[in-house]
Amino acid sequence: MGLNRRDFFKYMAVAGATVAGSERSAHAWQSRAPSDPYGCLVDLTRCIGCRKCEEACNRVNALPAPDRSFEDLTLLDKKRRPDERAYTVVNRYVSGEIDKRDQLVPTFVKLQCMHCQDPACVSACIAVALTKKENGAVHYDVTKCIGCRYCMVACPFEIPAYEYHDPITPRVMKCTFCYERVESEKKLPGCAEICPVEAITFGRRKDLIKVARQRIKKNPGRYIDHVYGEKEVGGTSWMYLSGVPFEKLGLNALPEKPMPQLAETIQHSLFSYLWSPIVLFGMLGGVMWASKDKSDRAGNGGRSGNGKEGDYKGRML
Amino acid sequence: MTHHAAPVKAKFWTPGVVVLAFLMAAGAAAIIARFIGGIGYVSNLTTARPWGLWIGVDVASGVALAAGGFTTAFLAHIIGRHYYEPVVRPALLTAMLGYTFVVLGLMVDIGRSWAIWKPMLYWNPTSVLFEVAMCVMFYLNVLYLEFLPIVVERFKGGVNLPGPLAALNGPIDGLLKLADTILPKMMWFFIIAGVVLSCMHQSSLGSLMLIAPTKLHPLWYTPILPLLFLTSAIAVGYPMVVFEATLATKSLKLDSEMKLLTPLTRFTIFLLGLYLALKVGDIVVRGTYVYLLDFTAQTNAFLIEMVFGVIVPWLMLLSPKLRRSRQALFIACTMIVGGVLVNRINVFVVGYRPPISEANYFPAIGEILVTVGLIAALMFVYRFIVTYLPVLNKPEQEVSA
Repeated sequence: MGLNRRDFFKYMAVAGATVAGSERSAHAWQSRAPSDPYGCLVDLTRCIGCRKCEEACNRVNALPAPDRSFEDLTLLDKKRRPDERAYTVVNRYVSGEIDKRDQLVPTFVKLQCMHCQDPACVSACIAVALTKKENGAVHYDVTKCIGCRYCMVACPFEIPAYEYHDPITPRVMKCTFCYERVESEKKLPGCAEICPVEAITFGRRKDLIKVARQRIKKNPGRYIDHVYGEKEVGGTSWMYLSGVPFEKLGLNALPEKPMPQLAETIQHSLFSYLWSPIVLFGMLGGVMWASKDKSDRAGNGGRSGNGKEGDYKGRML
Repeated sequence: MTHHAAPVKAKFWTPGVVVLAFLMAAGAAAIIARFIGGIGYVSNLTTARPWGLWIGVDVASGVALAAGGFTTAFLAHIIGRHYYEPVVRPALLTAMLGYTFVVLGLMVDIGRSWAIWKPMLYWNPTSVLFEVAMCVMFYLNVLYLEFLPIVVERFKGGVNLPGPLAALNGPIDGLLKLADTILPKMMWFFIIAGVVLSCMHQSSLGSLMLIAPTKLHPLWYTPILPLLFLTSAIAVGYPMVVFEATLATKSLKLDSEMKLLTPLTRFTIFLLGLYLALKVGDIVVRGTYVYLLDFTAQTNAFLIEMVFGVIVPWLMLLSPKLRRSRQALFIACTMIVGGVLVNRINVFVVGYRPPISEANYFPAIGEILVTVGLIAALMFVYRFIVTYLPVLNKPEQEVSA
């Protein structure tokens, strides 16, 4: 039996009900950020560029040995990015500022996953391989990953790296926020634990924001009045303090709106309860029914009771 | 008002088909290299540029240029313009092969091809890509079901397998007869579902990039990107039919189908005009026209896309004289097809610029070989199917209204 009048009215009724329902359920985008996550505050005015954090990260995450030793400080000027063999790297920037002995004052910048409060990668992931944990970590579960690399497209910090040279089982590689160490072993992340100058402070994110504000207040000459990561992309678990403007340090200005907001709002308003596909299906069914009816009257189609069969096959033969 | 589709009676191994076979072999070599040495061995993809030629052409453009399938199904079967019936089968075949090769291209591009089924188990409803993947999966099956009657028509009552397989003749014929009884009764459902699924994922392909506002150039980054993707896919449907029909009828020495193609492109004037109006309105409302004369690679690519891919062919189609000329119509439609291709490449590759690492990307030879090989394989299979199945129209019979 093809599409008949009764079916048609049934579809239109369903469609109508769904539209009515969706209007009631349509609501503004809501953040799914954890309420009291951990975080790290990196004070770039304290960092001395010793690369101990890189070494500790490599050790606690059992990453492959680097090509050049962690003792080698000449690498600092290379403007490296975290990659599939290093979850964190430290780069040296010189702003032109000169100290009392006419030496250029360097600023060292540690880079790693920022563990966003509303991560673009988590929103984008096709198969829930990436999740935002209550403790703040953006966690990667390789057993669900298909390797589409949409997380890498989505990340505003260009952090996730990929094992491009593994032909069958490549992984997305990025800082784990030492999820297991923090969650099960109640230890600090490897980098925060080892830092000899307390440039990395681990704690509750909301406490860290207070600490950062206090440091700026106590020493306004030392710091830019900006906590990078407090508001960027809706907030990140890792945050930075600096004496040099952040855009000079490779920490780009970013919108305060969470990255997933626009795409999720559009997806949600179009597809919640699949209302729009159902309405479209109903409308097309109605048009099909009406046009078939017309061509029947003109003696132009199959028998009306036979529905689409006469139409479709008769024409196709 | 009848038309007759029939297998093409022409020599299969023409020089053109031999060239296709060579290109396929080169592509196969590159694919083997990818599965031995990894994606990094054959491509220039990096941390900052994770998507390149394969996503821009094989996947995004492949989906867009397969839009002839659902747009002709809409025309002939939903609004009942049966006059256009003869173009439905070739467009359906193009769509079916297009989507099949989209999936094959994805299998090369994704790192863990064997895990491609996992999103079916682990749903992420916030992910645009998840929705696209589900729609493409369902639509591919719908396309196979829509194509099945053509296979049934060809082989029903005449299954004749060689040698020991002959024992299966009876059962297979039974299955074909069963399909012949059931399919026509359900076909209305699949036809509508095909159009609905197409509208969903054609638009969502545009939503993919909305998650990266800092990376996509403002000329393309707009909240109406999904609408632009949908309208451009609908607009390119009939020009793609003209493109494909002209190539097929020319190379296989079939009758020209101008009686259908000329009126068919009347719809395109409206559809492409709508897309053009949306594009222009978008850059005016958002004020992004200020970038137009920057003369960077990106803004030049935008100008090329708009001028040669939309405006010039649209003006050409406005002239009834040009629409009646087989050559001019083919040129205009090829430009529209090229315009959509360039648009998809622009959104996913050229317009994508990571602001922190500012990494550049140009496809490696391995990536190009894979893409060329897949397109050659698509054309090869098309040629094979029209040789053995009734898809294209019999030459001796003129189509009449």
